[in-house]
Amino acid sequence: MVGGPVDRLAVGAHYGARDWLAQRVTAIVMTLYTLLIALIVLWHGGLDYATWKAMFASAAFRVSSFLFMVSLLFHAWVGMRNILMDYAKPTSLRLALQIVVVCVLVAYAGWTAQVLWGGP
Amino acid sequence: MAAIERPVAKPRPVYLNLLAIRQPLPAIVSVLHRISGALLFAVGIPLLLWFVQTSLASGDGYAAAFAPLSSWFGKLVLLALAWAWIHHVLAGLRHLALDLHIGVDLAPARKASAVVMVVAILLTLIVAVRLW
Ligand code: HEM
Repeated sequence: MVGGPVDRLAVGAHYGARDWLAQRVTAIVMTLYTLLIALIVLWHGGLDYATWKAMFASAAFRVSSFLFMVSLLFHAWVGMRNILMDYAKPTSLRLALQIVVVCVLVAYAGWTAQVLWGGP
Repeated sequence: MAAIERPVAKPRPVYLNLLAIRQPLPAIVSVLHRISGALLFAVGIPLLLWFVQTSLASGDGYAAAFAPLSSWFGKLVLLALAWAWIHHVLAGLRHLALDLHIGVDLAPARKASAVVMVVAILLTLIVAVRLW
């Protein structure tokens, strides 16, 4: 993994310090949110519709959830791209699959906004 | 772009039949981290969004969102995703520790991998017990 800077191919998983860092920062955001949810559920000793609804009525909770989803989608992009770089060797195939992944992620993002702010 | 096409070294024979090589524990944890990540992307995110949307719609919707959990298949799907999430998070945290140069020696690295595998399975078992 730690090759010299000379003679390195500009392809292969885990290149790009910025993406590497993003993968870590998003991982921490998602872990914190996961713990938050787990704590809320444990605190209430389970969930019911009224509590659940009240949670999402809070603007702070919606913003946290949005932050979580943005982290998740970005993280999934970097991760899936790493995987494709390892297995989808022909450039055309890799590009095609990356476009599929991006389209899916954009759809997820739109769906997220609808869930968080489009509801009654 | 020509430089990018240039091979790093002369081609050499490689033997990389993953099923025939005996894999060390950290390698297994790593492969499972990758598989769980792909699973969460393809199945986990859409199901999560569906669940939150359905459950918030109304009291009936809330019941409908949990309805799949009354079937074996629904429980198995949730269990698989719970394992994927737990394993991915624990293996991810192990990655972060390694990046901070914590536990990079062979013995602690093996031990941490074992801990990730075992704790992920144990937590998944707890989920299973609560489901059934
Ligand atoms: C639905 C949520 C998630 C999805 C879809 C996802 C997906 C992925 C994928 C596809 C990879 C690439 C795996 C590889 O290159 O082998 C990855 C890597 C990673 N994931 Fe996630 N992930 C999710 C949540 C999380 C969470 C909650 C954490 C918290 C610890 C996390 C931590 C990591 C780390 C640290 C890496 C980088 C590992 C490396 O550099 O090899 N992920 N993720």
